[in-house]
Amino acid sequence: MRARIWGSRGSLAAPGPETVRYGGNTSCVEVRLANDTLLILDAGTGIRPLGVALGADVPRRIHLFLSHLHLDHLQGLPFFGPLWNPDVEIHIWGPPSPTRTLEQSIARYLSPPLFPVHLQDVPCRLRFHDARGDLGIEEAVVRAMPVSHQGPTVGIRIESEGRILAYIPDHEPGLAVDLRAVEPAWISGHGVARGADVLIHDSQYTEDEYLRKVGWGHSSLDHVVQFARIADVGQLVMFHHDPLHTDDELERMLDRARELWGERPNPPVLAHEGMDLDLSALPKRASA
Amino acid sequence: MADEHNLVLILARGLASSIATPVFLVDPEGTLVYFNEPAEGILGQSYADSGSMTLEEWGTRFRPIDPGSGTPIPPEDLPLGIALTHRRPAHGPLHIVGADGVAREIAVTALPLFAKSDEFIGAMAIFWEAEG
Repeated sequence: MRARIWGSRGSLAAPGPETVRYGGNTSCVEVRLANDTLLILDAGTGIRPLGVALGADVPRRIHLFLSHLHLDHLQGLPFFGPLWNPDVEIHIWGPPSPTRTLEQSIARYLSPPLFPVHLQDVPCRLRFHDARGDLGIEEAVVRAMPVSHQGPTVGIRIESEGRILAYIPDHEPGLAVDLRAVEPAWISGHGVARGADVLIHDSQYTEDEYLRKVGWGHSSLDHVVQFARIADVGQLVMFHHDPLHTDDELERMLDRARELWGERPNPPVLAHEGMDLDLSALPKRASA
Repeated sequence: MADEHNLVLILARGLASSIATPVFLVDPEGTLVYFNEPAEGILGQSYADSGSMTLEEWGTRFRPIDPGSGTPIPPEDLPLGIALTHRRPAHGPLHIVGADGVAREIAVTALPLFAKSDEFIGAMAIFWEAEG
């Protein structure tokens, strides 16, 4: 299993000279199973260059998992080239809602006045599914579980050939919870991240910033490091960078995260556009 | 134990741990999976000491009595039992004797908890000191 990050920014795209090292596109991760099946995690603006890169080699079937429907995770969808290819079948998985279907929710964005084309007029073959529980996608097991954020949101865990990739881009596990004091089963997202080889996780705020943004649905550096340690993940990839954070500020946050990580192996890294994660090349973990 | 409790229970615990009113949280089987610090006086134990309790354990611990008839109320007829069994809100007055031996007139409001996908994941009970 391999993954490539096409967008690691949170909340709003942030292009410019101060964000070139980590990138300005919002959430999108390409995942390839061993047989080259394409899974895409979120449709932020990073999905546009992914579509360009696929070019003529676009698979006939694509699975797109939406962690939630906030715009920074959906905005790129109508600019994803394969959406306009009638030969392509795209399965879109998203968090269930008791009030409207996933298709109805997405259609609120893909329709006038927010977008000129109606979702029903998109030429590719779209299939919509609720993302809940354990799902079989080819030889992989994809688990979608609700996590603490604003509105229906799922974390996604992909297990394939003995490797585990966990993806929780927007998450506030520390809301009204002392992560050090509760059993892991009482921590949002633990069932997604536990024992993962790689965890791609919300790292939006510094500890000081979080104090002014409690309840906004995101993590402080302290929270994400504690969460990753409790879940015993192999590699923490800091994700969903705040649009106001420059490259230099992100690197200061990385220093702080590594300080909090301590002497454990594999200190945290910052997600950046073009980052490749080859899970198959990682040594098998005893605890996984 | 499961990898993780349902998110609704996790968030309900966060609320319960932050307020001054006694709160019980139970799973669909009636197991008391969490109670907050203000509820310790009812059960006579801290959550840290007791961990989870079965319906039979917690339902008789505080000796609930119907204030009208003076008869003991079985766990399934408590507001929390009704919320669990019938999956609807319930409210009622109770006479209880807490683990500290003090008799109290209280009221209990219980509500079933459903996740976004309409999955029934348990119930919450809030205990109020009766006025007067």
